[in-house]
Amino acid sequence: MDTIVEGVKKAVLMLVTLDADIYRITLFTLKVSGIATLISLAISLPVAFFIALKDFPGKKILISLANLGMGLPPTVVGLWVCLLLWRSGPLGRLRLIYTPTAIVIAQTVIATPVIMALVTAALQQVDKKLRWHIMALGATPLQMLFLMVREARYSILAAVIAGFGAVISEVGASMMVGGNIAGYTRVLTTAIVLETSKGNFEDALALSFILLLMAYLGTLALTYLQQRRHKDEYGN
Amino acid sequence: MNTVIEGKDINVKSRERVLLDVKRIGLNKGEIFAVIGPNGAGKSTLLRVMALLQVPQRGEIYFKGEKVARKDRVRIRRKMAVVFQEPLFLNATVLENITLGLKIRGVNQRVAMEKAEYWLERFKAEKLSNRWARSLSGGEAQRVSLARAFALEPEVLFLDEPFSNLDVFIRESLIADFFEALKTTGITTLFITHDLEEVLLFANRVMVLMGGKVVQEGTPLELVENPLTDELKRFIQAWERSKAKMLHLL
Ligand SMILES: Nc1ncnc2c1ncn2[C@@H]1O[C@H](COP(=O)(O)OP(=O)(O)OP(=O)(O)O)[C@@H](O)[C@H]1O
Ligand SMILES: [Mg+2]
Repeated sequence: MDTIVEGVKKAVLMLVTLDADIYRITLFTLKVSGIATLISLAISLPVAFFIALKDFPGKKILISLANLGMGLPPTVVGLWVCLLLWRSGPLGRLRLIYTPTAIVIAQTVIATPVIMALVTAALQQVDKKLRWHIMALGATPLQMLFLMVREARYSILAAVIAGFGAVISEVGASMMVGGNIAGYTRVLTTAIVLETSKGNFEDALALSFILLLMAYLGTLALTYLQQRRHKDEYGN
Repeated sequence: MNTVIEGKDINVKSRERVLLDVKRIGLNKGEIFAVIGPNGAGKSTLLRVMALLQVPQRGEIYFKGEKVARKDRVRIRRKMAVVFQEPLFLNATVLENITLGLKIRGVNQRVAMEKAEYWLERFKAEKLSNRWARSLSGGEAQRVSLARAFALEPEVLFLDEPFSNLDVFIRESLIADFFEALKTTGITTLFITHDLEEVLLFANRVMVLMGGKVVQEGTPLELVENPLTDELKRFIQAWERSKAKMLHLL
């Protein structure tokens, strides 16, 4: 019990005094997961647009694969990306293993199915009749994509938050492909694992508070968006 | 050639059955062409095909004598406007909804606003301009839909029962505003309706669609004086009866 109380005290102190290490790890985590999320979104948008609007053989299978991918265990992704990037692996020449880029790649693989499945659902929910209307206005395919994204903006933002939440809290893949190198590839989750195993509970706790805070901010944003959407659709 | 838009040998099928089978439909410049028929006759489907929103299983659309190729569809759509059976709005204000089509077509913001305000006023809806479009009542929404279509200044206008679900008071004045606008602009119009009275009052020509097939085509007067099939006769009689009933009640 004492450990916990002491730990909490120290953790709070580290946070308010902006401990340099913690500050750096947090920024790095935000950057890596943020970039991975944005890349996933860039991949997902055109694919989801295509899935939502076109009928083609294998469409249902593709959607079910994305849905399956939502539950992809990060450790499994970590293993695959490791094998790909390993010095003697197919992409070994790029020398990416144990670099921030490797983490971004692994996290992109984890976030993409989540974002793709949710964005597809969001675009499919845009009324077919509204699509006729947009077409009738003379929209080009690109304008159509833009307007549908605008129409589904709240659901798409929710998808982004879900994807970001998945990768920022993930530990297995980052550990395996990043190597948890201090000041280079260490992120919040891998740092927590390390500090805990070393018995530095106050550091681990401080880091965990930051992670919790981010999770809470994500939830808060989601709730806010849902309220906005409700307000927008039923009057102003 | 006087024909602005023409459909030839149009065939639309669903998995089980033929929804539309029309040998020819052509709209001459400046005319108001009505399409009537019972529920499920294929009227809205015909409108979507003609407005280049749905590709038929067979058949071609010609715009001013030229076959519309796939790559030309967006360009030709920009010469047309559609008012759908139920008013459809993007999740934005009335003004944004009206200017959107103009902006898509490359009109600058200031001109788009001027046109939007002008047409909102003509349809007596200027007070609605800052309202959230999806919060409008049925009648308000119809007015805004019409203003939006006219603001695009189309060469061809497609209307799918634009006056359905309106109460009598609103209906009368809206119809008057609408045909006044059509007359002054001279837009070629395809007009779907259930109401024979609207056809008799305003249409130059009328086509009757039943079960996806053209039953009769001609002037409105020809239609009521000489309906070609028994089904059509019954349709006209039913309308006359309801009309008589209404007159009786008044
Ligand atoms: N995607 C579709 N798949 C199968 N059947 C369809 C599809 N779209 C329309 N239909 C059918 O085609 C027929 C014609 O529909 P359409 O909407 O064109 O009729 P309508 O004449 O406009 O009727 P209403 O007066 O009720 O508006 C209907 O029987 C409808 O159920
Ligand atoms: Mg219809």
